[in-house]
Amino acid sequence: MIWNEKFECMAPAELKQVQSERLKKLAAYVYKNCKVYKDKFDKATVKPDKINSIDDIKRLPFTTKVDMRDNYPYGLFCMDQKDVKEIHVSSGTTGNPTLVGYTKDDLKLWSEVMARCLACAGAEPGDTVQNAYGYGLFTGGLGVHYGGLEMGLRIIPMSSGQTQRQLKIMQDFKPKIITCTPSYALYMAEEAKDMGIDPKNGNWKIGVFGAEPWTEKMRDEIEAVWNMLATDIYGLSEIIGPGVAQECPHKKGLHLFSDVFYPEIIDPDTGESVKEGQDGELVITTLTKQAIPLIRYRTRDLVSINCEKCKCGRTSPRISKIKGRTDDMIVVRGINVFPSQIEHVILGIEGTEPHYQIIVDRQQHHLDEVEVLVEVNSKMFSDEVKKLEELRRKIKKEIETVLSIGVKVTLVEPKTIERSMGKAKRVIDKRQI
Amino acid sequence: MAKQLHIFVENKPGRLKTITESLQKIGINIRAFAIQDRGDYGLMKLIVSDPRQAHLSLADMGCACALKDVLAVSIPDRPGNLHRLLGALADGGINIIDAHGFVLQPNKQGICVIEIENLAQTNAEQVVRKAGFDVLDDDQLNNL
Repeated sequence: MIWNEKFECMAPAELKQVQSERLKKLAAYVYKNCKVYKDKFDKATVKPDKINSIDDIKRLPFTTKVDMRDNYPYGLFCMDQKDVKEIHVSSGTTGNPTLVGYTKDDLKLWSEVMARCLACAGAEPGDTVQNAYGYGLFTGGLGVHYGGLEMGLRIIPMSSGQTQRQLKIMQDFKPKIITCTPSYALYMAEEAKDMGIDPKNGNWKIGVFGAEPWTEKMRDEIEAVWNMLATDIYGLSEIIGPGVAQECPHKKGLHLFSDVFYPEIIDPDTGESVKEGQDGELVITTLTKQAIPLIRYRTRDLVSINCEKCKCGRTSPRISKIKGRTDDMIVVRGINVFPSQIEHVILGIEGTEPHYQIIVDRQQHHLDEVEVLVEVNSKMFSDEVKKLEELRRKIKKEIETVLSIGVKVTLVEPKTIERSMGKAKRVIDKRQI
Repeated sequence: MAKQLHIFVENKPGRLKTITESLQKIGINIRAFAIQDRGDYGLMKLIVSDPRQAHLSLADMGCACALKDVLAVSIPDRPGNLHRLLGALADGGINIIDAHGFVLQPNKQGICVIEIENLAQTNAEQVVRKAGFDVLDDDQLNNL
């Protein structure tokens, strides 16, 4: 079903009108209520009254993750904190995490777009959803939860992990929809087989998979092993969390709700728009958000866009699956990881040098594993194994605290990690994604 | 005090060889060795003819290595002697971190190289001598 036919199927001219009105209001709103934006606008010598149409968006400056970090925690808020009703944090590049806040209306917006996503994937009011995205500061769990409430689903708030219990809940309550990372869907299939359950006879009929990049090959695997429809969902906490874009059963791109999240595809080097269909960086403007509206936010995700009307009837533009990143961020088990976070930890430990390498691999059980190689130098070298092990454990513990995922730390000999001119090759990603 | 050379080595084919190769090049004689395994890496522990020279040379190569004070105890190669030595250390409340032993001439002399926890703060050497063992200094050990 189409949850909000009015906006999702709106004629292009009318949609442009809506977007233009919303942008005009937004520009005035952020200029008035947020000093960071006012300064940015002034620096770009653009006044809000010059913004009259959505086409004028190109006159506005970009917003980046650096802006979020530098103005942590409250600098980008346009609202008094007493009107902020929920906050989430996600990983930042170094030091400060990324903070996102929602007013009551922002939470309504989040519920609305997540309801659109679940309906777009094929959910109908009255269906049951098993929500295996993590609940907590990660936006995945609560995003799906709010969307499920909005569209009248029966929600099983499983959160992530506890695989055997996930499978028992699936058998006992027969939920039609499963939401989790695609790699976890494959992992659960393995576990099901070990428990003597044939995943082909599983109860899930629709999967809403996201929070990490995945391929068509993985989709084929998931659909074959679980005998279900596997759809892709896209979102990022800075914008709203999950709920920015979602595939319909035609699986020809993810419908992006451009009446509230206005997309641009740009050349990451020049900042200029690329032609429709060409790959570029996705830039999003949140047209109606209140607490932290983002103007031309650089997502760093590489996609292409298709503005043709879809067979499903929606006119909303469709983005491709994420084709890569314009920065060095990697996604591990749904968690965003920046190499700089790991570097920060290593440099904070006495005697260490910033010679490290991150190896990400997807094991046979489909779960990502991270190994961090750290060079031992003479300064940090202790002549006792016990002390070396203490050092290794300390590095491991501190990285795990910062990243919230388990890592393996391996000590290696000095000068064995490849030095390269300019930017060192910090990440070796062996996953086939 | 006797010196033992400790070298950090990754657990990979050929790594030990590069160490022995560079020592051979500068004419260092290896008198005894032990390797401690920690899975991904290990420590190679060497008693060599010239520990300082060996240390400098390996450090120049970029190895993570260190010279460590150890207790080198001469033990007559007869039943019960190691037990007596360990008994003396235990009675003295002295903790051993790691040790390895070798025999120079069968039925005559054995050497036990012992890493003692907080060696400088203990009276380990006294304890051992009191129990009737000889403790070798750096030169004696290196010139066996």
